Amino acid sequence: MATATTHEFKVWRGDADGGEMKSYTVECGPGYVVLDAIHEIQADQAQDLAVRWNCKAGKCGSCSAEINGRPRLMCMTRVDELPEDQPITVEPMRAFPVLRDLVTDVSWNYEVKKSIPKFQPSAPNGDDGTWRMDQYDVDRPQEFRKCIECFLCQDVCHVLRDHHLHDKFAGPRHYVYAANLEMNPIDTGDRLAALRDDLGIGYCNITKCCTKVCPEGITITDNAIIPLKERVVDRSYDPLSMLISKIRGK
Amino acid sequence: MAEHQLIEHDVIVIGAGGAGLRAAIEAASTGASVGLVCKSLLGKAHTVMAEGGVAAALANADERDNWMVHFADTMRGGQYLNSWRMAELHAQEAPDRVRELEAWGALLDRTKDGRMNQRNFGGHAYPRLAHVGDRTGLEMIRTLQDHGIHQGIDVHMEVTVTRLLKDGDRCVGAFAYDRERGRFKVFKGKAVVLATGGLGRAFLVTSNSWEYTGDGHSLAYHAGAELVDMEFVQFHPTGMVWPPSVRGILVTEGVRGEGGILKNSEGRRFMFDDIPPLYVDQTADTPEEGWRYVIGDRDARRPPELLTRDHVARKIVKEVKEGRGSPHGGAFLDIAWIKEHIKDSEAHIKKKLPSMYHQFKELAGIDITKEPMEVGPTTHYAMGGIRVDPDSQMTTTVRGLFAAGECAGGLHGANRLGGNSLSDLLVFGKRAGEYAAKFAQESGSVAIGQDQIDLAAREALAPLERDPGADVGPYRLQYELQELMQDKAGIAREEDGLKQALDQIHGLQQRARRMGAGGSREYNPGWHTTLDLESLLTVAEAVAMGALERRESRGAHSRIDHLEKKKEWGSFNHVIKMGPGGEMEIRREEIPPIRQDLKDIIEEQG
Ligand SMILES: Cc1cc2nc3c(=O)[nH]c(=O)nc-3n(C[C@H](O)[C@H](O)[C@H](O)COP(=O)(O)OP(=O)(O)OC[C@H]3O[C@@H](n4cnc5c(N)ncnc54)[C@H](O)[C@@H]3O)c2cc1C
Ligand code: SF4
Ligand code: SF4
Ligand code: FES
Repeated sequence: MATATTHEFKVWRGDADGGEMKSYTVECGPGYVVLDAIHEIQADQAQDLAVRWNCKAGKCGSCSAEINGRPRLMCMTRVDELPEDQPITVEPMRAFPVLRDLVTDVSWNYEVKKSIPKFQPSAPNGDDGTWRMDQYDVDRPQEFRKCIECFLCQDVCHVLRDHHLHDKFAGPRHYVYAANLEMNPIDTGDRLAALRDDLGIGYCNITKCCTKVCPEGITITDNAIIPLKERVVDRSYDPLSMLISKIRGK
Repeated sequence: MAEHQLIEHDVIVIGAGGAGLRAAIEAASTGASVGLVCKSLLGKAHTVMAEGGVAAALANADERDNWMVHFADTMRGGQYLNSWRMAELHAQEAPDRVRELEAWGALLDRTKDGRMNQRNFGGHAYPRLAHVGDRTGLEMIRTLQDHGIHQGIDVHMEVTVTRLLKDGDRCVGAFAYDRERGRFKVFKGKAVVLATGGLGRAFLVTSNSWEYTGDGHSLAYHAGAELVDMEFVQFHPTGMVWPPSVRGILVTEGVRGEGGILKNSEGRRFMFDDIPPLYVDQTADTPEEGWRYVIGDRDARRPPELLTRDHVARKIVKEVKEGRGSPHGGAFLDIAWIKEHIKDSEAHIKKKLPSMYHQFKELAGIDITKEPMEVGPTTHYAMGGIRVDPDSQMTTTVRGLFAAGECAGGLHGANRLGGNSLSDLLVFGKRAGEYAAKFAQESGSVAIGQDQIDLAAREALAPLERDPGADVGPYRLQYELQELMQDKAGIAREEDGLKQALDQIHGLQQRARRMGAGGSREYNPGWHTTLDLESLLTVAEAVAMGALERRESRGAHSRIDHLEKKKEWGSFNHVIKMGPGGEMEIRREEIPPIRQDLKDIIEEQG
């Protein structure tokens, strides 16, 4: 796309009491992402259009929305990769209460995270008071630490989106977080009971929708959730493996 | 009387990036009650964007490194305008601050023997930057955030501070609105720490996020604090230049640290053409020596692409000006070429620079493992900032007000070395938290006059009461300022342009005071942007004023009408303060003579 093209955007405008899709026409320059178009709308057509964003580089996870019905980052979705012959729809994430326009109340996620037992390091194993860790052992949790907390995985997960089990189910983001702690080579904490009970990992039926929308490409289901589920099951049904894992410190 | 919620704490920290989080954690660890306020959601602050790494002389990758070398490198990079005391504390304390992160759950990349790995970066004599691929800032902010949420800190997200509140010459709180509903909050505290980050949004092409409107600088200035060295704004040499939508987004220096080279349209590696005298002895003579340095040959010297940022940025501009630029007005940055030396170079690049790979693939349609990138300078970092005591971070003129991180000045002098900001946040964030808690404990209770609150509330509501259609609107006005600063106070400055810039800034200030915002108080970005204009215009004025006064070229500050660095200008800092009539005033302040032992270190390190 070398020159500017004109597109119709349908943007959800409203608040907790309801709202509607409003239509805006935007001249899009080369390489425009959806967030650029939203900014153009703000500058000239709707100054008070509410939207969250920070980095505009796919690094902060603020600009989550549903573009043409799919959970995506507005700053990483190029206009020229969307179908040309139909309006581009932009809506807030549906798994969270809407505050205004494209902005939703995601504070629940922060509460859930706080409830997960925190990182607890072992005693340092290096003579200089720090830890020796092999890159090989660090690789696995590092995948989970790429998470930018965009909550798109939470948005797409049917347990939250359709069944609204927010009080029983922590959601894929928090299983990724728990997995990062559980697989940290120097962590000694134990989160399996919490995962089974308060965090409700059992509600996940491995549809893998979360993995498909993760902008960081984290293999949420296969690498985080399934191993955690296995650990929880082993622990619950097998007292011996529980004992062994305790002795090994994991 | 303006309706508001009153929130009281011993220590109020404004800003939840690396500096603010570290300050809050430290203050809380002393038993102080801490309130942490930030404009966006927790974990989204600018620190999340940092890529390359955090500088600390851990000596894991090269045992010759130590704090003295780091100190000397920092001073040389800053062209000796730095606060030498801050540079000393920073170099000494950074290793402990970085190690501490692992105790809080950080997982940095490892050396073969299992310690934190370190990489090369411009201006650092040895590989010194601890890192995680090219997402070090994310690792750092998440570690501090995940540790911080268990320390009993009271977090107020999406709350913007618009005024500091005072009792005599002491800062006793802050006035703010919540973005969600536009309700007012008054934070009352015995000590206040500013950790609001930088000001890059005053320029058109920038790597900085929307939050970088210089709020902390402006809040402090309006409360009577001093700003130091505001003319020094770092233009990072490698921002994206194409397509326009991504112009300014950062391309980490890590690309060059991993062997990336700069070429002009003729295919020439132009960085070899001109090495500054201060660095001749440390720079490779040939591409071959440069490559040996990249792969860790300790006898090799660094390739010229890893010279300091100010120099590299100027060289790129020169190539473009002389007609040897890339198609979209930049230079070529090539990492793909390392396939000549490395077998599985594609996988190597993806592992070392995953977000760069991703960023170019998604946003520019370029595969950096196969083709060169196009890059050019982008506004990146404010070296100048709020003037503080080097040990405690308390501002020089307002008691009980502290500043740390990018919004504070002093450490970096005329030019910051890459990686020295993340370490700055940790070292001085901790210090600010510690000393703020101490101040809070030792000082008496505070009172806030109702008149200050009422005034702040009136100012905040005024834009909503004005006609939004009378002018171009806040976004377009912001854009006018950005164009002006880019053009007249950017990478190449001169007297007439800077005078015009100052005049025009004053004009914009008049218009901003009359600017109206449509809509309601509920999550209304138009209103928020209108309120941000005051900060942006204040920092823009300070930058232009400092730049006009400094009639030489030094570090990040280049004057085309005064191309030389002048010795007599190396002995003082510029200090800006509000004058008695409310106008901005600038003065020279002699740099205190450097301690003999530190002077010896600089001489020994060459
Ligand atoms: C793309 C990029 C890459 C970088 N890479 C590196 C690197 O590799 N190494 C390195 O050392 N440095 C790097 N830097 C620089 C470094 O990231 C920043 O200087 C640093 O993160 C600033 O941290 P801070 O804590 O001072 O502020 P920030 O992290 O910006 O936090 C500022 C906080 O203040 C809050 N705030 C601001 N104004 C208000 C207000 N009015 N009211 C309430 N809250 C407010 C914000 O919400 C935010 O929470 C990079 C910078 C960029 C842009
Ligand atoms: S795999 Fe599990 S967590 Fe992920 S979307 Fe499906 S049900 Fe939700
Ligand atoms: S796991 Fe992926 S989709 Fe979920 S919050 Fe993190 S980055 Fe977003
Ligand atoms: S704005 Fe940061 S991810 Fe989109």
